[in-house]
Amino acid sequence: MKTTPETTDHGGDVRLTGISKRYGAFTAVHPLDLTVPQGSFFALLGASGCGKTTTLRMIAGLEEPSEGTVHLGDQDVTHLPPYKRPVNTVFQSYALFPHLDIFENVAFGLRRRGIKGVKKQVEEMLELVQLGEQARKKPHQLSGGQQQRVAVARALINHPKVLLLDEPLGAMDLKLRRQMQLELKRIQTEVGITFVHVTHDQEEAMTMADTVAVMNAGRVEQLGTPTDLYENPRTTFVANFLGTSNFVEAEIDAHSGEEIVVKAGGGKLVLPAARCSAPTTTGGKVLVGVRPEKVSLTHADDAGAIPAGRNRITGRIADSSFIGVSTQYVIDSPVCPDFEVYAQNIDRDPRLVPGTEVVVHWNPAHTFGLDATQDIDAGVESVEEEAA
Amino acid sequence: MAAVTEAPPPLAPTAPQNKPPRRRGRLTPYWLLLPGILWLVVFFALPMIYQASTSVQTGSLEQGYKVTWHFATYWDALSEYWPQFLRSVLYAAASTILCLLLGYPLAYLIAFRAGRWRNLIMILVIAPFFTSFLIRTLAWKTILADGGPVVGALNTLHVLDVTNWLGWTSGDRVLATPLAVVCGLTYNFLPFMILPLYTSLERIDGRLHEAAGDLYAKPFTTFRKVTFPLSMPGVVSGTLLTFIPAAGDYVNADLLGSTDTRMVGNVIQTQFLRILDYPTAAALSFILMAAILLMVTVYIRRSGTEDLV
Repeated sequence: MKTTPETTDHGGDVRLTGISKRYGAFTAVHPLDLTVPQGSFFALLGASGCGKTTTLRMIAGLEEPSEGTVHLGDQDVTHLPPYKRPVNTVFQSYALFPHLDIFENVAFGLRRRGIKGVKKQVEEMLELVQLGEQARKKPHQLSGGQQQRVAVARALINHPKVLLLDEPLGAMDLKLRRQMQLELKRIQTEVGITFVHVTHDQEEAMTMADTVAVMNAGRVEQLGTPTDLYENPRTTFVANFLGTSNFVEAEIDAHSGEEIVVKAGGGKLVLPAARCSAPTTTGGKVLVGVRPEKVSLTHADDAGAIPAGRNRITGRIADSSFIGVSTQYVIDSPVCPDFEVYAQNIDRDPRLVPGTEVVVHWNPAHTFGLDATQDIDAGVESVEEEAA
Repeated sequence: MAAVTEAPPPLAPTAPQNKPPRRRGRLTPYWLLLPGILWLVVFFALPMIYQASTSVQTGSLEQGYKVTWHFATYWDALSEYWPQFLRSVLYAAASTILCLLLGYPLAYLIAFRAGRWRNLIMILVIAPFFTSFLIRTLAWKTILADGGPVVGALNTLHVLDVTNWLGWTSGDRVLATPLAVVCGLTYNFLPFMILPLYTSLERIDGRLHEAAGDLYAKPFTTFRKVTFPLSMPGVVSGTLLTFIPAAGDYVNADLLGSTDTRMVGNVIQTQFLRILDYPTAAALSFILMAAILLMVTVYIRRSGTEDLV
C-alpha cells in the first residue's frame, strides 16, 4: 500500500548533498552525501556523538545545515521550517503532549493542517498501533511501549514522505525492544513510507533496516546492506562496531590473481583478493580479519586431521565461557593475543580447557583484508561505552 | 498577612521489618512536627480565634468590649463598606491582569531565550526585594509626581485623555488616581507573577516545541496549543500570589491614592488604628478572607489544572 501515489518512483527519495553541521569550532557532521531511496528502511548507526542524530535533525528541519542541501524528492527543503516539511519525527523520549489525551495527540498534526472530520482517521491509526482502547487516556497513564506506539501513530497519521525515528527504542528494556522492532518493521511494510532510523544498537539496525549507514566522528564510514557490512567491512571501525572481529597483522607475500598470500608470524594465510580493501603491493602491511563464528578449534594433537588449504594459527586457550548455544574461547596466539572463537555446542571436545594448545583454522574464503594504517581497536570502545 | 498554612509532611522512619519498632522511633515524626504545629497554633490559630471573638463583641472603648454574639456587625460592615470591597477586587484584578501581561513575556524570555543572561535577568527581577516595600512605593510617588516627566509624556501622547475618559485618571494628574494605585500594585507584586510563571515554563520539555513544529504547528500555534496550556499551573499560582495580597493591600492606596481610591485594607487599618472599632475591623477582615477564599476556589475549579500541577 503506497500512500503517495501521485509521486513518481523516486519522488520520496531523501537526498543529502554535501551536508554538514558545525557548532563553532566543533564539526558535528562532516560534509556527506546520502540518498535514501523511497520506501526503504534506512538506519543511521553509530556511537553517541557520531553525528547521526544531527543528520536526522537536519532532515527534519530542527537543525539548519552549515552547508549543503536537503532534497525530498524534487523539492529543496534545506531552508524550510519543520512545520512546512512533509516529514515527521518520532522523538527519542516520544515528546507526547502531556496535557492532551492519546486521541488529541494523534490528531494534532491533522488539526494543524485544518483537516476536518479527523475521528475516523485517528481511530484507524490507533487500531494500526493496537491502541484503540486507550484513546481517552493521558500519555502518563500508558506504559513506555504504548507511549512509543502513540508517538509512531502521531507521526504516521500525517502520511509523511519520510518518517524519522530518533532512537525510539532507546528507553526500553531488551524484551520490549525486540517486540517493538518487529512491530515497527511490520508497520513500515504495511504503510510503505520511507523510514530513517537512528540507533546505536547494531543488532537493532541489522534486524530492521534494508540499508545501514555506519557513522563515526561525523562521517559515514560505510553504507550497505546489513549482510554486506557484516561480511565485508571496509574499516576496522565497522568490523568492530558490527559484531566482533579478529585481526592479525600480516605482510603481503604474494599476490596471485584471485588470492593473496600473507605472512603472519611464522605461518602463511590466504585471503581472497576481492575481499581485501587494502593496497596489495608485495611487502605491504595488511590487517587480516576473520569473524569468530567462522573459525574452528582443534586440539594440537589432532592438527594432522585438519583438511589442507585452510588458514591456521596456533595458540593456547586463555579463557573459555559456556553460554548455551555456543562456547566462546579466547585464544592467546603469537600473532594475535586475544583471538576469539565462537564454537557451536554440537560435538564438544572435553579436552578444550584453558591452557590447552590448539590450532585455530578457517576457510580462507571467510577472510577479509583491511588497510593496516588504521587503529585495530577502532569501534571497540564505542560498543563498550554504549553497553555501560 | 500570609500565614504558614501547611506544615512540612512527616518523614516516616523506615523501621526494619524483623525488629519490633522502638517506641521512640515511632514518635519521632510527631516530635519533628511539633515546632511547626506550635508555630501554627500561636501565630495563626490563636489570633484567628481571638479575631473571630472580637468580631462578635459589642461595647465601647471606654466600657470595654464583651462577646454578645452580635453577628449584625458583619452585615453593617458589608452594607457600609461594599464600595471599598468592590474597589479592592477591581484593583486587584486589574493589577493581576497587568502583571500577567507584563510578566508572561518576561518569564518566557528568561526560560527559553535568555541563555547566559538568564541568571542576570533573574537577579534583576528579584533585586527590588532588597529594598523595603514602603520605600519602593514612595519612589512611585516621585515617578508619578505632578508635572514630572512621566505625566508630561503621557499628556503629550494624549494617553491621559483616554484614561481620563475611562475614569482612571483626572485632569493632569496621575498621582492620587485609580491608575496610580493599580500601577503601584502591579509593580509591587510583579515578581510574584514572574517567578511561578518562570518555574512552570522552564519545566516544559523543549522537545515538545520541536514536536509541535514537526506536526505542522506554526510558532504561534505552538504557543497557543502547547506552551500556554502547559504553563497553566504557573499562570494559576502567579495570579493567586498576585491577586490575594493585592486585594488586601492598603499601602499602595494610602501612598499613591486619594480618599476616592480607598480599598478595604485601608478601611480595616483605619478601623483598627484610628477609630478603634475593633469588632467592625475584625468583621471586615473575615469578610475579606471569606470572599477571597470563595473566589480562589471557584477560580481553581474553573481553570482545571489539577492534573497538571
